[in-house]
Amino acid sequence: MKSVKRHISLILALFSIVITFQFYTISDRVLNAYESNLNDNYAIILVTDKQIKKNTFTSISSMIKDVEEISTKKVIERLQSQMKQRHIDLLKLTLPHFYSIKLDHFAKPDEVKKLRKKLLNTRHVTRVEDFAQNHDALYQLLLLFKSVIILFVITIFSLTTLLIAKEMRIWQFQHNERMSIMAMFGAPVWMRSSILFKDAIIDAIIASALAYVTFTLLSFYKVAQYQLQNIGVNITLFDPIQDGMILIGIALTLAMLLSVFIVIAHKEEA
Amino acid sequence: MDKVISAQGLCLSYNKDEQIIVDADLSIGSGEFIFITGASGSGKSTLLKSFFGAIKPSSGSLIVGGVEVNKISASKLSFLRKHIGIVFQDYKLIKEWTIEKNVKLPLIINGYAKDVSDIQVEKLLNHVKLSHKVGKYPLELSGGEQQRVAMARALAHNPILILADEPTGNLDNYSSRLIWNLLEGANTQLKATVLVVTHNIPDNLDVEYRHFNIDNGSVYEVC
Repeated sequence: MKSVKRHISLILALFSIVITFQFYTISDRVLNAYESNLNDNYAIILVTDKQIKKNTFTSISSMIKDVEEISTKKVIERLQSQMKQRHIDLLKLTLPHFYSIKLDHFAKPDEVKKLRKKLLNTRHVTRVEDFAQNHDALYQLLLLFKSVIILFVITIFSLTTLLIAKEMRIWQFQHNERMSIMAMFGAPVWMRSSILFKDAIIDAIIASALAYVTFTLLSFYKVAQYQLQNIGVNITLFDPIQDGMILIGIALTLAMLLSVFIVIAHKEEA
Repeated sequence: MDKVISAQGLCLSYNKDEQIIVDADLSIGSGEFIFITGASGSGKSTLLKSFFGAIKPSSGSLIVGGVEVNKISASKLSFLRKHIGIVFQDYKLIKEWTIEKNVKLPLIINGYAKDVSDIQVEKLLNHVKLSHKVGKYPLELSGGEQQRVAMARALAHNPILILADEPTGNLDNYSSRLIWNLLEGANTQLKATVLVVTHNIPDNLDVEYRHFNIDNGSVYEVC
């Protein structure tokens, strides 16, 4: 029973760390997907008095991913019934060119400002509409989400670190006695540490398996996926292979670090 | 007679200010039975600990089983301890292991085959009258029984030297008698050198022994 208790406390500590990490990964994926959505729906509109080649824009800033000329056909078609053909022809000649500029990422307000300045300084560009107010508000909201998630992760990580530190002291005490007794009978370091490492590996595997099951169940839980899809986010909540490997990797690394620390700190009873 | 322990000008201390053993000269041959006595805090256990390298001499020389303890490396220390059987007053059994596994410990460390060590453990548990307690954990046994397990562990790998630190200190008469018989048997039948730290030497021993006393840090042989 004591041995089970000993295992449970380390398993819980490792479990909470891997769970926190995976929650962070999911939140990061959600935010990135949401950011990408925002970027897909965002464009800077440019007005020029002359048609400009696409590569002229892309040479202005590396942030510019794509430039598309907005066709004026529809506007003219709409006016055709209300205006004479002569006027339409004249309008066609005088109508400026419109371009929609897509960026390669959801830019910071400063970046948008700089780009706007550069675009305005470009020849034939008469006007730039960057929808700054809307963009800035969305950017600030995104930044707030990111900060909240980082704060949450730091809090959980600090708490679990304290838990692990406490666990380490208990472990150190439990294993020190056995390691000292083994040392008195001539057991080499690898032999007296092997039980510790074996325990650590077992606990890490159990903790990551529990986390694996938790997230596999969560990924089957349609409500979570549905809620994300509602805000236009379509992501893999849990990748059984990639995420599973990361979970076990983190748990094993932490458990090994813990064991190595105990072996290094081990002092033989005199 | 080969020397198992040889000390010249041996000084032991835990810190610079206080010497526990001062300038001790000892020569213990193979197959001898030795008692070390002294008042509480006289340094008996400290001296015993130095024989298995738990404390290194602050000065002087100490050779145990042909290995110089002063300059001992980790691998040599491990080698030396593989040939020593130790019994402590507080047993020092591994609580989370069954008594068979505790007895088997020196056999595992010395690389004995499983079948050989299984037979040896069974024989020893029989010898210490604990074969009916197989599968039990140390904390499920009485103090006397735990000490008998510790004794079986110390004998398991047929060591050349057995060090016992007050092995009967807290025991009832039955267990004490059993422990002394086992120590005597190890000395007479297995030809092991036995070194016992104790307050009282039992009167009814069947072996010849040498007796050292520690007083005020000096170790001298009592004739």
